Amino acid sequence: MLELKALSKTYKTGDRALSDISFSVPAGQVVGLIGPSGAGKSSLIRCINRLVEPSSGSVCLGETELTTLNGRALRQARRRIGMIFQEYALVERLTVMENVLSGRLGYVSGWRSFLRRYPQTDIDQAFGLLDRVGLSEHYNKRADELSGGQRQRVGIARALEQNPELLLADEPTASLDPKTSRQIMRLIQSVCREMNLPAIINIHDVVLAQNFADRIIGLQAGQVVFDGLPSALSHDALTRIYGAEDWDQVQQNNESQNDEVQLSNTRVPERS
Amino acid sequence: MMPGADAQTWRFRSPKQHLMRWTGWFWLIALTVFCWNLMTENTIWAFVADAPRQASDIGGRMLPPRWGYLSDLWQPLWDTLNIATLGTLIGVIIAIPVAFLAAGNTTPSRHFVRPLALLIIVTSRSINSLIWALLLVAIIGPGLLAGIIAIALRSVGFVAKLLYEAIEEIDENQVEAIRATGASGIQVIDYGIVPQILPAFCGISVFRWDINIRESTILGLVGAGGLGLQLQSSLSTLAWNQVTVIFLVILATVIASEWVSAKVRQAVL
Amino acid sequence: MSGEVTSSRTWKRPPVLLKNPAWRWTILSGTAIYLFLAISSVEVDWFRVYEGLERGWRFIQGFLTPDFSSRWRDIQTGLIESLTMTLTSTVAGVLISVPIGIGAARNLAPAPVYMICRSIITVSRSFQEIIIAILLVAMFGFGPFAGFLTLTFASIGFLSKLLAEEIEDCDSAQIEAIRATGAGWWQVINYAIQPQVMPRLIGLSLYRLDINFRESSVIGIVGAGGVGATLNTAIDRYEYDSAGAILIIIIAIVLVVEYSSSYIRRWVQ
Repeated sequence: MLELKALSKTYKTGDRALSDISFSVPAGQVVGLIGPSGAGKSSLIRCINRLVEPSSGSVCLGETELTTLNGRALRQARRRIGMIFQEYALVERLTVMENVLSGRLGYVSGWRSFLRRYPQTDIDQAFGLLDRVGLSEHYNKRADELSGGQRQRVGIARALEQNPELLLADEPTASLDPKTSRQIMRLIQSVCREMNLPAIINIHDVVLAQNFADRIIGLQAGQVVFDGLPSALSHDALTRIYGAEDWDQVQQNNESQNDEVQLSNTRVPERS
Repeated sequence: MMPGADAQTWRFRSPKQHLMRWTGWFWLIALTVFCWNLMTENTIWAFVADAPRQASDIGGRMLPPRWGYLSDLWQPLWDTLNIATLGTLIGVIIAIPVAFLAAGNTTPSRHFVRPLALLIIVTSRSINSLIWALLLVAIIGPGLLAGIIAIALRSVGFVAKLLYEAIEEIDENQVEAIRATGASGIQVIDYGIVPQILPAFCGISVFRWDINIRESTILGLVGAGGLGLQLQSSLSTLAWNQVTVIFLVILATVIASEWVSAKVRQAVL
Repeated sequence: MSGEVTSSRTWKRPPVLLKNPAWRWTILSGTAIYLFLAISSVEVDWFRVYEGLERGWRFIQGFLTPDFSSRWRDIQTGLIESLTMTLTSTVAGVLISVPIGIGAARNLAPAPVYMICRSIITVSRSFQEIIIAILLVAMFGFGPFAGFLTLTFASIGFLSKLLAEEIEDCDSAQIEAIRATGAGWWQVINYAIQPQVMPRLIGLSLYRLDINFRESSVIGIVGAGGVGATLNTAIDRYEYDSAGAILIIIIAIVLVVEYSSSYIRRWVQ
């Protein structure tokens, strides 16, 4: 269970990225965070695990207040939060296995991680996760030998290797083609169901968000302007989030493209 | 680029740019001429005119090389290799922490530690290894140790500079991802940074080793051991036919080390 | 890799370099043996080193409280020689290396010219500045003129090699496009090569200026003029405060040259 209260972030440059954000995410809920570029989606996600320092407000994960933690306590809180990145952010020159095991870094000692001597349970879990994401064959390949979709699967496995209580995903599909995007979203969705894991997925494809999230939060200029079920995302709401646009057409285009993708396996290079 | 129908004239640069360019060139030439006059003020041109005769004289004495001298050179050659290798090793070991302290994204403090690290780098880089050797021979006495430390001190700046530039160019996303797992500072360096800079690091070290082989051949001139000692004694007795042999040994060593370093760099990158 | 899906699979990191275990062990043990031999061949007179520590401390003190005044006349003459040598030799080096660099570019020069230019580069690069200085001092007499020739010679190898590589990396489509217009060889150089290479050539020249200054402070040790001779005398006479002053001046000038050359490079591009 994650709870944000009156979270704000103002950058040194004076840009107000987030103002007064409050919401809570119960266990097992997948939240799609949508909004135009620069609305503060990325800042919001990073304020939760403190890759970005929030200016004020509070973030509670379970019983722990995250905003006041420092040093060791902060690292122990971070290991409870798995994160998936836009450009995968794998360590490209390490093997797939090392990347997955790096999810345990918050748990093992420095010399153990340096010698790559992880506890057997960690290794078993890593093999299990690689099986789960369909990459069990590739564990000793270097990460930069994999395709985009495969890399993102490794990214997911790394996040899950942490045994997280919360999953954060920052545009996990932005550098993938439409078909792979859907596969990745489906994978995230089903893992969250299996593990009863809450997730916040920051995404700019509205249709993908509607298809795979249990709840949608819309951000506009650092403020929550929509919070509800995907089905409640009306044209009015979309206009509030993104500004005026012919939403019928956009959604139709998107859906038809996505269907086509699902049916025929062809790659669609551009999405509208 | 052609003049249009209404006879627009086309110029390569605007007149002002033109003027600036020419003034720039003018000052460069004027300065060079001035420097040349200053430099050659005390030059005795008779000596310069005499150079071809001197050259042929020295050339005549250099040939034929005294090949028998080769047997005296194996030990100094071994010393030279050791000076270069051990010096590089020590230099690299010191350079690693300096580089991390100097890189903008890993330094613990931008305002205090970083300038200090950069000062170490520039000091080490500005002073040629021969000068370091000169100092060290005066301080700790002649011998291999002075040579090794001289090479090490010169290498610190070189390796640390290139390494910290490599550290500053890394992909921050990978580091952020490792940090997000709850890794400690050391672990972030180990998993997020080291894999990214390792190839550059190996390349830089081998490159410096290659340079150090060249530099260590002459350190003996000031008493820091190796082939240079032999060179110094041959020069002081005007034994030019021995000098030829030493030059050839140096040339062979340099070519061999360049080959090794190219191979290793190829294998690493 | 597959088929071993047991309940507990072990995992070991695959070796990063040297995949073949036999090679890995040979190289590792070879390195260990070499290091042992190398370190044991370094004879250190620890008593002498211990004695030297006091002198080292005096040097550090001299460095921190430099004495600019008592040898100022010598320092000044040396510096003027160094600076004038640096500029004139860089200018001369650039002027000579442009044609040689073009001649050593495989995509422009005919085979015989290419061979000649490449061998000039190899000869110039193989020898340390110091060794060249020794020879040139023997031919041209003591003084900055020999130093000027040394640095020019060394600059030629450095600049021509890098310039030739830069020309070989040029976009061949642009060269073809200009050739397709019916341009002659000179026009190809002027229109296709020069615009692509010019910024880099200026950058390299500035870099070489920096190197030449640093070298000009050493070759004085073998009599080729410059501040090196002054430094050598100061260290020989154990005047560490004067030596410290000279080193500080060298470091400061290197800093100025480096800073201004990065400024000029930005301005040129």
